[in-house]
Amino acid sequence: MDYKVVIETFEGPLDLLLHLIEKAKVDIYDIPIKEITNQYIEYIKNMQELDLEVTSEFLIMASTLLEIKSKMLLPSYKDGKNECQQLEMEEVDPRLELVERLVEYKKYKMAADKLRDKEIIQKKVFTKLKEEIVIEENCELPLEGLDLDKLVKSLNNVIKKINNKYKAVDIDEIQRDEITLEEGIDRIVRKLDNHSKINFSKLFDENSTRSEIVVSFLSVLELIKMKYVTVSQEINFADIIIIKK
Amino acid sequence: MDNREIKSIIESLLFVWGEPLSLKDISNVLEMEEEKVKNIIDEMIDEFNYNRRGLKINQISDSYQLTTRPEHYDWIKKLYIPNTKKTLSNAALETLSIVAYRQPITKSEIESIRGVRCDKPIESLIERNLIEEQGRLERTGRPIIYGTGEEFLKYFGLSSLDELPKLDGLGAMDIEEK
Repeated sequence: MDYKVVIETFEGPLDLLLHLIEKAKVDIYDIPIKEITNQYIEYIKNMQELDLEVTSEFLIMASTLLEIKSKMLLPSYKDGKNECQQLEMEEVDPRLELVERLVEYKKYKMAADKLRDKEIIQKKVFTKLKEEIVIEENCELPLEGLDLDKLVKSLNNVIKKINNKYKAVDIDEIQRDEITLEEGIDRIVRKLDNHSKINFSKLFDENSTRSEIVVSFLSVLELIKMKYVTVSQEINFADIIIIKK
Repeated sequence: MDNREIKSIIESLLFVWGEPLSLKDISNVLEMEEEKVKNIIDEMIDEFNYNRRGLKINQISDSYQLTTRPEHYDWIKKLYIPNTKKTLSNAALETLSIVAYRQPITKSEIESIRGVRCDKPIESLIERNLIEEQGRLERTGRPIIYGTGEEFLKYFGLSSLDELPKLDGLGAMDIEEK
């Protein structure tokens, strides 16, 4: 049995390719496209089998590799000798673009490794945050020209302010529901006993409070959920018709 | 004031300020020329090192900061309940490297080097102030250009961008010659 294990996570197709190239110990400037392509596709297959996400970039690279591989198989490249001189001049190694990308990527990957080392060292360094330092010089409180009278007056002002504060506080009461959801549902059910259809608006009158209307609406929703009624509405904002099932 | 006294004062300033303090500010406080102050601080950096002081003076572009020595981390750790300082993900680190060496650079340029999308890494790097938006390219789409941010140098203990490790590997140009 062939157990292939996907050990590392790669940052992308270039990362994976670099890994394969290094593992195969081949020259990056002369990649054996056939082998590398096969290994690459094998790896992708393993990833899929292990239910790892194979993003589109990996797939694009796979098709790129296959394209390069097929170009390399074309006789005009392999032979080198060509009857048509013109073609020879335009001959470009189909691997070239890929190799350039790999080399470029590798540069920054290695730089990232070096930066990683620095990062780890810096994580061990502590610094102090700037502190809130208030330097009080010449704290001369103007304590001259005061008398008891002024002190009493200012105390009175403070007390006045406090009292006003308390008066301004509105004590609101939370109203208890006038009717509960159960009662609302009951009401509707009873009405539906007599008629198979009723209009939502008929559930309350001018004297109904807002909370009554809300509870009625919630009751209708409950009844829909309980599959006791269905509702219909001709157009937006028209009256809702409640139909007993 | 003799140099010894000046160094002593600079040490107090750095301690109180805690955060990186610019050469300009230090010079203003001392009422001395910046170049003179810089030389003195350079001496201090060497002296602190030579005397194995527990604190070192770190230079970050044109500012200085007192920091502990990384070698003492394990000792210092004993005083704290460690909250593991999160390091950057590989994707973020790669993205950051590209920005650092190639700035200013657009997102799509970064993506074509890495071969994968970079939205998430860029987002988290901006959050950490390691990269920043530095304007837009005047061409179709007006893409945003990125450069390293305020925290970048400090994060890696670099005193300037010149201290970035040299890039290995042949440039793209050399391949054609082969």
